[in-house]
Amino acid sequence: MDPATESDLELLARLRDGDEAAFVTLVARYNGSMLRLARTYVPSAAVAEEAVQDTWMGVVRGVDRFEGRSSFKTWLFRILVNRARSAGTREPRDLLLADAGPAVDPSRFDAGGAWARPLESWETDADDRLLAATWSGRLRDALGELPPRQREIVILRDVEGMDSGSVCDVLGISEGNQRVLLHRGRSRLRAALESEFESRGR
Amino acid sequence: MLLRRREDLVCQQVVELVSDYLEGGLSRSDRKRFEAHLRVCPNCTNYLEQMRATIRATGTLTPDDLSPEARTELTDLFRNWRNEGS
Repeated sequence: MDPATESDLELLARLRDGDEAAFVTLVARYNGSMLRLARTYVPSAAVAEEAVQDTWMGVVRGVDRFEGRSSFKTWLFRILVNRARSAGTREPRDLLLADAGPAVDPSRFDAGGAWARPLESWETDADDRLLAATWSGRLRDALGELPPRQREIVILRDVEGMDSGSVCDVLGISEGNQRVLLHRGRSRLRAALESEFESRGR
Repeated sequence: MLLRRREDLVCQQVVELVSDYLEGGLSRSDRKRFEAHLRVCPNCTNYLEQMRATIRATGTLTPDDLSPEARTELTDLFRNWRNEGS
């Protein structure tokens, strides 16, 4: 059987027996995502790699403690976040929402709170445009520039496609905080794409 | 100037509610106010669509990969663990 098509649980079962191919497959499956997530906590790519390696060793040693109450991915990411947090300098909890700001620059609205000028529709060719390499480059940069708390949530929700319950579980935050941070992050990414479209004159 | 009913949302409020709306986090009455605004506001309708397009585009980004050196190192660590352990 091709290991790449095996489920996480099948691979885990083989990992418990010390199967190296199962380990390599799991690493290949999740490493990129883990690295990107770790990067939101630590100052350099090298430290992020250490946190990821550390996590895999934690997985290997702790695989018998995985009870399957959450998905493997949620369990894995929770270990990673704990390791990366202790490796990086993390601001106190009460600063969690400190980087909140309006979703849209207030100058875009008139005194009554309505749009001061029309907002263009992206609908017609949005997908083509958004998928073009140049746009994803801009989007990738904008994601990298998000405040770390926003970035980790946008990565987990929108890049990884995890549901909000799992994300709260991984990060140990409330649904409400998660939604606020997600909102800020997504709003900033939208604004970045908009300015990119405008500067290119469509 | 048009008189605005007190419960009407303005665009600047709508953009702050977009994520709550998409996440299903609005109360029933707030959702109705939100949707009522969208029906009469093409700009906010475009805004909502832009947010959806942004989310879709973010979903197409691929995670960075691990360096080959780090991969090799990991495999070595795994072998050490297996040899020490069971």
